[in-house]
Amino acid sequence: MAEREMKKRSAPSARESEETQPQDASSKNKEGEELKAKLDAVLDEIDEVLEDNAEEFVRNYVQKGGE
Amino acid sequence: MSIPKVCGIETEYGITMPKTADANPITASSMLINAFVNEISGKVGWDFVDEAPGHDARGFNLEGSLPPEVETHLVNTVLTNGARFYVDHAHPEYSSPECLNPKEAVLYDKAGELVLRKAMSAAKRALPNEQEIVVYKNNSDRKGNSYGCHENYIMDRQVPFNKIARQITPFFVTRQIFCGSGKVGSEFPNIPKWEVPFQISQRADFFEEVVGLETTLKRPIVNTRDEPHADATRYRRLHVILGDANMSQFSSYLKLGTTALVLSMIEDSFLDDSDLAIEDPVESLRKVSWDLSLSVPLRRVSGGSISALDLQWEFLRLAQKYANQRGTEVVGGDDFGDEILQGWEETLQALEADPMSLADRLDWVAKYQLVLGYMDRHGLEWDDPKLAAIDLQYHDIRPEKSLFYRLGVRSLWSDLEAEEATHSPPRGTRAYFRGKCLEKYPRNVAAANWDSIIFDLGRDPLRRVPMMDPLRGTAKHVDALLERCNTAQELLDALGT
Repeated sequence: MAEREMKKRSAPSARESEETQPQDASSKNKEGEELKAKLDAVLDEIDEVLEDNAEEFVRNYVQKGGE
Repeated sequence: MSIPKVCGIETEYGITMPKTADANPITASSMLINAFVNEISGKVGWDFVDEAPGHDARGFNLEGSLPPEVETHLVNTVLTNGARFYVDHAHPEYSSPECLNPKEAVLYDKAGELVLRKAMSAAKRALPNEQEIVVYKNNSDRKGNSYGCHENYIMDRQVPFNKIARQITPFFVTRQIFCGSGKVGSEFPNIPKWEVPFQISQRADFFEEVVGLETTLKRPIVNTRDEPHADATRYRRLHVILGDANMSQFSSYLKLGTTALVLSMIEDSFLDDSDLAIEDPVESLRKVSWDLSLSVPLRRVSGGSISALDLQWEFLRLAQKYANQRGTEVVGGDDFGDEILQGWEETLQALEADPMSLADRLDWVAKYQLVLGYMDRHGLEWDDPKLAAIDLQYHDIRPEKSLFYRLGVRSLWSDLEAEEATHSPPRGTRAYFRGKCLEKYPRNVAAANWDSIIFDLGRDPLRRVPMMDPLRGTAKHVDALLERCNTAQELLDALGT
């Protein structure tokens, strides 16, 4: 672990420069909120999309091996 | 020495006929592909002369002891995008054409989803009584039966196979932290349900060996099938069987891009002095898949231990050093190389800081957050069948039923580009010649396979045009020729075959 910390410091990514960090943090928060909103929207409608009888659907999904 | 990583993805789809009692999966797969072929594409058969799935890269042959890879009486077709679409065992399989770089391979795998979608629609129109065939782009039926998503990478034949196997193993064991597709529960024998409520990989439960030839039993982390479909004195095709089928284009791109880079490093002896080996790779593969904290210690052969995440950091640092010293021509040039390295680094950083922030990119995270969100909303426990249903339906490729498509996971290629790729071949490999010949001379192409095309001119014996080099037969090589030749006869005359 210590070795990697050292390596990481010795090879910082260009995007980790100090000027860009605050912007990164706020855009990350925004991204996080967007992700959550998207997930909520999917959860709102998921029951309309899910197969009617989940138990039967899962039980009947039987495959022969492949490859 | 490293060579350009021509690559491709073979995807076997799970198949069901929900409204048909006792449907036979082999018949269903044949019907599906036939419906597509009859409706959309001209039918050209596959040629089996050069198929040899029993050749072992370790230097011996198991011909006769293995079932053939494909049963020749089953449906088998070649598409104008250079892909092969066929029945493999009891599944429909789409093998992408040979692609010049990992990003292009992702495009042609995505095009495969569209081909399967068209096939489902065509089958629905052809079948009586509202029966339908539905396919899933996943790797297990949750009852212990698994089917694969295989990657192929061309490699320099000079590099000893044992070295490739030894050096790629720790990478294969740990790359799943960004390219796993996620699974509710485990199919490993006798595992208590509470022990693995959710895991990173679809496939980790099914691997039993480190190195071997099999793909259906005692599956190995490194597969030794030695069937280059190219000049065997120069090339090796590394046939990778341990990956998950990805819905996320980003997961798929990282999977192929990082693997192509690491294979090039192995070819250039860049890892010879590195200390990356781990003990018990097969057990470690499962440990990594079952550990959502990404911190489970893996024992290093040299002593001490390391997590999957930290081992990936070590591979990344070496890859960055390699790219600085040697460039990344092998993955299509520096634009692609930089994109892969940057995506790899950002992903490892995010996995370290907050894995859930990758829900818009990685399959296992996207599926995990969906399952957690649903559990939370409805107060469910892990054994609720709804969660298993969500797991399966994540991999449904019908837009109206797919949970993946609803999540808005970021993509690399637009639907329009993927649609174009269902019929246009990649321009930078021999797939171009295959696809364009099928498009231009469909009546004269009797059969095709990866390394040749057989023409039937109606009077002479059939004539085979060999394509032993994946990097010849590109648009640059043959566009003018194809333009000039209005008939297959003219083409063959020009080629002197």
